[in-house]
Amino acid sequence: MSILLIYIMIFLGCMIGYKLVSGFLTKEHDYTSLKTVTFGDESSVESNRPASIMSIIAIFFIWGSFTGSTIVPSFLHVPGAFTGEVSLPYEAKNDAGSTANGQINILVFPNGENPSVEPIDAGTGFAKSEAVKVQAYRSALISQSDLLPDGGAQITSIAGKPIAPGDEFSIDQGLVRMTDKGSIAFEPYKGWQMEPIWLPAPESVVTRFFDLAQNGYQNVTLWENLYWSLYRVLVGFFLGSIVGIPLGYAMGLNSWFRGWFDPIVEFMRPVPPLALIPLIIIWFGIWETGKISLLFLAALWIMVIAARAGVSGVRISKIHAAYSLGASKWQILKNVIVPNSLPDIFTGARVAMGVCWGTVVAAELVAAEKGAGKMIIAASKFQNTDIVLTGIILIGIIGYGIDIMMRVAEKYLIPWKGKG
Amino acid sequence: MSGLKINDISMRFDLPNGGSVQALKNVTLDIKKGELLSILGPSGCGKTTLLNIVAGFLAPTEGQTILNDKKVEGPSLERGMVFQQGALFEWMSVRKNVSFGPDMKGMPKAESKIIVDRLLDIVGLQEFKEKAVYELSGGMQQRVALARCLANDPDVILMDEPLGALDALTREKMQGLVLKLWKETGKTIILITHSVEEALLLGERLIVMAPRPGRIHKEYRLPFAELGVGKDLREVKKHKDFGKTREEILTMIWDMEEEIMGRTESAA
Repeated sequence: MSILLIYIMIFLGCMIGYKLVSGFLTKEHDYTSLKTVTFGDESSVESNRPASIMSIIAIFFIWGSFTGSTIVPSFLHVPGAFTGEVSLPYEAKNDAGSTANGQINILVFPNGENPSVEPIDAGTGFAKSEAVKVQAYRSALISQSDLLPDGGAQITSIAGKPIAPGDEFSIDQGLVRMTDKGSIAFEPYKGWQMEPIWLPAPESVVTRFFDLAQNGYQNVTLWENLYWSLYRVLVGFFLGSIVGIPLGYAMGLNSWFRGWFDPIVEFMRPVPPLALIPLIIIWFGIWETGKISLLFLAALWIMVIAARAGVSGVRISKIHAAYSLGASKWQILKNVIVPNSLPDIFTGARVAMGVCWGTVVAAELVAAEKGAGKMIIAASKFQNTDIVLTGIILIGIIGYGIDIMMRVAEKYLIPWKGKG
Repeated sequence: MSGLKINDISMRFDLPNGGSVQALKNVTLDIKKGELLSILGPSGCGKTTLLNIVAGFLAPTEGQTILNDKKVEGPSLERGMVFQQGALFEWMSVRKNVSFGPDMKGMPKAESKIIVDRLLDIVGLQEFKEKAVYELSGGMQQRVALARCLANDPDVILMDEPLGALDALTREKMQGLVLKLWKETGKTIILITHSVEEALLLGERLIVMAPRPGRIHKEYRLPFAELGVGKDLREVKKHKDFGKTREEILTMIWDMEEEIMGRTESAA
């Protein structure tokens, strides 16, 4: 919740700050800048490049700030978990009514370290002194029998504050609580920062990336994992296209084909490919055949519909013109229908690639030997959150990269898109 | 004798709601070779249906079309078509569009290149031949469409409101071009339009059709097309008969429209 509030504040701060600063910058003087009506005029709303840059910086800033990262200067870190030493002097009273003083020394050490505790002189009274250590974010329990081994005594106050079983109070370094049985629990202050097991710092994700790139994970290199995911997507998409596009053409050109396959296509289209995973596993097992069949099905219906739309979208006057120019059916298919449907097919291919990429990761989460999804699900079982994050980021980058490549290809291969 | 005969064509088809439409009734036309015929009429008079039947895209329920003593059974390259707009192939360059017909026939490249170059010269698009068609203006695109049609050397050119989507100035220039092409090539041209002026200017012979059922209402023989060849069409419009005929036809079409309105109102 507080993260959301901080995010909103950064958003507003950047927006207002940019408004103020941009007033001093040289103004653009193009046509759009002269428009007075911009609210509601979609064409005058362009993506603000500085806003995009600030948005990315803000994400890394919050990420770094909440993980105590080195990419954010330390004064901008949110308060971290307490580490260091706490001394809690206490007073105890025995049944006879006499009092004694002891001390509890607690060493709170950061994750990944394992310091040794300096022993402390237990003292001579019936209240003994203890030294314990505890990892940050964990809590220490000092049992009553360690502090008052003789029995028949009660701790009455800690650090000058009176306490009874069930009571608790805060000090700067954390929360002191007395259990119902009279033991002392100390929970070091957790701060606002995330534990690395929940969210590792950006630099540890980067380090992990290089580590994965060099050494792999569970005997499979990172590149092998990504290669297998991509390979499945490409094979599944390719098979889906070589079946789907001709089928879509047939449905667009022939009413019997359309009537026959319409119910199947319209039924299968809204079924999410993920829902087919159980059935696919039963039929084809968890190996490559299963995954490629799943991706084939994911791509198939999208490509069928795209090709059908491409054929139906051809203007009848183009077909009529081609016929009266003496073209045969085959020539019309090759020279008019196919080029006319390419923009739709390309749009379908972009969607299909996106769906396939999402589906392959999900399928690998369920069962796989190699693959990006397998890597992150295996890492999550060992709470290697940094590997999980690295994997997610790479999956995102590859998915985005595929889409950009398709768009570039579209621009070069079908420059007439939308110009008909 | 070579020519185009439209023999007693009727067209009637059923509607999904159980009714039926008599789109054309007993239309007969005898068009001589080299004739420039314009067809005019209010919307719904079946003029596009008639053109589609002549082109071979529709089969009439009665009657037949005969071109050069052969019955029309389907589309063919003897009858070239020029559409309103958007019938060019935007994935091809201007040159490829124009050479589409010859290419489909399998004409050798060298031969088709001569035809294409000559036609691009006539329509004045020689310097645009490597451009994509979507880079051209609407008027230029229609010139490509005319050239593409002529590249096949058809006997009859059918034009379905070819200038309908152009602005007034471009339209006037294109009307001049159509007249020039008609005179130079000697082709039979059937032109459908809903502009009375265009029908007068581009019709040696003008047919006014009436709706419900679509039929020939009146026929004119006009001197304006002949007068307009190579001339300023604005001068032709000043001809004393031009305004008179225009008014006559406009009144005729207005009356038809009003009759339809009256009929639908009384039906409702």
